[in-house]
Amino acid sequence: MFGWEFPPHIAGGLGTACEGIVKGLAYNGVETLFVMPSASGDEDQSSTTIINASDVALDYMTESLSEYTDYIRFIRIGTNMVPYFDPEAFSVAVDRERLMSQKEYRVNYGQKFKFSGKYGANLMEEVARYAMVGSTIAHQRKDDFDVIHAHDWLTYLAGIAAKKVTGKPLVVHVHATSFDRSSNDNIDTRVYDIERKGMEAADKVIAVSDLTRSIVINRYGIPPEKVVTVHNAVDFSGREDTYQERGVKDKVVTFLGRITFQKGPEYFIEAAAKVLKRTSGVRFVMAGSGDMLNRSIRQVARLGISDRFHFTGFLRGADVQKMFALSDVYIMPSVSEPFGISPLEAMRSGVPSIISRQSGASEVLKYAFKVNFWDVDAMADDIYALLHYPALASFAMKEGYDEVNRMKWNNATAKMKAVYESVIK
Amino acid sequence: MKKSICLYFQVHQPTRLRLYRFFDIGKDSHYYDDYANRTILRRIAKKCYLPMNDLLLEAIESSGGAFKLAFSISGSAMEQFERYAPQVIESFRKLAETGCVEFLSETYNHSLSSLVNESEFTHQVKRHRKKLKELFGVETSAFRNTELIYSDRIGAMVREMGFQTMLTEGARHIMGWRNPNYIYSNDGNRDLNLLLRNYGLSDDIAFRFSDTGWENWPLTADTFVDWLKAAEGDVVNLFMDYETFGEHQNADCGIFDFMRALPSFVMSDPGLEFVTPSQASSKHKSVAELSVPEAISWADEERDVSAWLGNELQKDAFNKLYNLTEKLEIINDPVLWTDYGHLQESDHFYYMSTKFFSDGEIHKRFNPYDTPYEAFINYMNVLSDFIIRVDERINE
Repeated sequence: MFGWEFPPHIAGGLGTACEGIVKGLAYNGVETLFVMPSASGDEDQSSTTIINASDVALDYMTESLSEYTDYIRFIRIGTNMVPYFDPEAFSVAVDRERLMSQKEYRVNYGQKFKFSGKYGANLMEEVARYAMVGSTIAHQRKDDFDVIHAHDWLTYLAGIAAKKVTGKPLVVHVHATSFDRSSNDNIDTRVYDIERKGMEAADKVIAVSDLTRSIVINRYGIPPEKVVTVHNAVDFSGREDTYQERGVKDKVVTFLGRITFQKGPEYFIEAAAKVLKRTSGVRFVMAGSGDMLNRSIRQVARLGISDRFHFTGFLRGADVQKMFALSDVYIMPSVSEPFGISPLEAMRSGVPSIISRQSGASEVLKYAFKVNFWDVDAMADDIYALLHYPALASFAMKEGYDEVNRMKWNNATAKMKAVYESVIK
Repeated sequence: MKKSICLYFQVHQPTRLRLYRFFDIGKDSHYYDDYANRTILRRIAKKCYLPMNDLLLEAIESSGGAFKLAFSISGSAMEQFERYAPQVIESFRKLAETGCVEFLSETYNHSLSSLVNESEFTHQVKRHRKKLKELFGVETSAFRNTELIYSDRIGAMVREMGFQTMLTEGARHIMGWRNPNYIYSNDGNRDLNLLLRNYGLSDDIAFRFSDTGWENWPLTADTFVDWLKAAEGDVVNLFMDYETFGEHQNADCGIFDFMRALPSFVMSDPGLEFVTPSQASSKHKSVAELSVPEAISWADEERDVSAWLGNELQKDAFNKLYNLTEKLEIINDPVLWTDYGHLQESDHFYYMSTKFFSDGEIHKRFNPYDTPYEAFINYMNVLSDFIIRVDERINE
């Protein structure tokens, strides 16, 4: 299994999902070797064996290697092509990159490459090197596995290389596509090409929702019979309930996530302004960071609601739980969301959630309130109702809590196991 | 008649806010970064206020009273001196005792209240007057508004409060062909004299002095006195931040030597003399009324109030703040008044300025936040807590 990150050091949801998947697979009797570019050694290896690509020397040559070195030469462009990356971190990365730019880029056989495993400005280089190291690992361990499973485009090249070297079947897992990361259809074509290559080379494609499955079929031209939907789950074991003393008496409506085009922050702000016209005693919080943050702040000021609409900046770890514990309504107005794990987290914390129909999560959540992302009136209505009709709120709270607790990786990974079985000849 | 040289130095320190998060709202009503405020104040006291006060005191004493100048010290700065560097109060007191130093009135918290709220404006001016009297035993007759902000309407309010003299900027777009080196008066109130800053000569000291790329670098006191002599008019107003000396302009660049030499060069010239603002105002006659319908200030290229109220963030925060005045008056609680005053400091709004490209250098220099957005978020979080406190008291 090729991943990019694994808890505890994660930047996005991909690492968390991978952890759930390997644990669920172990429960279903499937052993995994989890390869990642940069492991720290403090990952939980009770359900999988972690292979740190930074520790592996490149010793296996394939004729296809030259196609990756092309990528390496290609990377010297300072664009932020990655979704999981906030602007501040990006500028830091670009500066670091500039410092390094004097250095020549070479592929050194017999040497190790220290991956950052992050989503930096040299991401494309890391992706290509990861593919090369991936083929080495696949060759060394070829007797230890039956299926190659690659998570998202970052690891597809590694998956393809491993398949070439070993002839073993490849499953690619689509957690998100280029179309979920860009505004309109303004996609990064280099990423798109890698995604399409991965899907084409794969024996089966797993999509995290029907929404994503249809993108894979329609936008990447993959035959429908090759694409299987396995909805994400979420692992709440070991989660303590966070109690947070409230500072404000008002009800709190929260948006939590990257503040980018596809998360629909402006619809949340518009809905907030509508609710504030009708009622007081409510505050809105936008937690997170992203390239639409500044624009959102201006929008809030322009609407004159900045005493009732708060920004927290990027929240991590315990602060996320704290934020949920302080919330009365959670909202995810995404324009395009392959799955969207955050409403599950919110509902697990007993917070009724309003989510857009343009999210994979809306396919599986019965007790979330669903609206179209552009329908700010409906959003405002739902917010108002959840704030003012306690019976509705407590029903959504209780049922939502039970619902997300029933969504287990054990069930989702049973479906993955079936996918594996279908590709092993 | 001798040409008057009128020196006025502004002393102000903002009460910087701590990193105040959404999670703090309703829980923690201490808003200030005491550590930063203490550290910065002590640093500037050591680099600027104390050595410069000593230098000026010496110059006054050795001039036999001929060297005169004026200070305006914001209430926020006075509070910080009392708390973190009482020796600065002591050294200003010594200057006050010479009788050669005029202290000017301003708003207690270096606020922008004159732009929107007359009752809050007069309230703050009274508070500031009381504090000056208490600390230095002085009375005031001349007024300096925050950042030299002035308009016809503000002038009328200031006259109403009993001041005869007000200081403002000789802004080019207001002056047109007119010369700032004369006394003018408020449009409609001939008994409020206006002293206009000569921004060219003031900025030669305040901004260009240490600029090695400037054609007149290095500037010496005798050259500068030649320029003063060449300036046409009755009075040359040199107004600048006091922190120019030792803080904005480092001691290494010779700014202290320049200021040590300047008084004697001026006084040894038969055509020049030092006056305080009130003396300048009574000595010279107003040559004309000056019409200023829109507020001007001494800031940035525009010389208007856009550094504080230029964008939508600043305007929203400002409106939310001043919507509270009536409630504060009803509650009339000293603790709330104190916080309300600090939240009015113009600096908080300056930090939210998005005028990064033309005057960004200056803005950045005085800004503890990386971006105007951060400044806005932090301020609004604090203000939200304050609003909760006010509303709780109103509902009691």
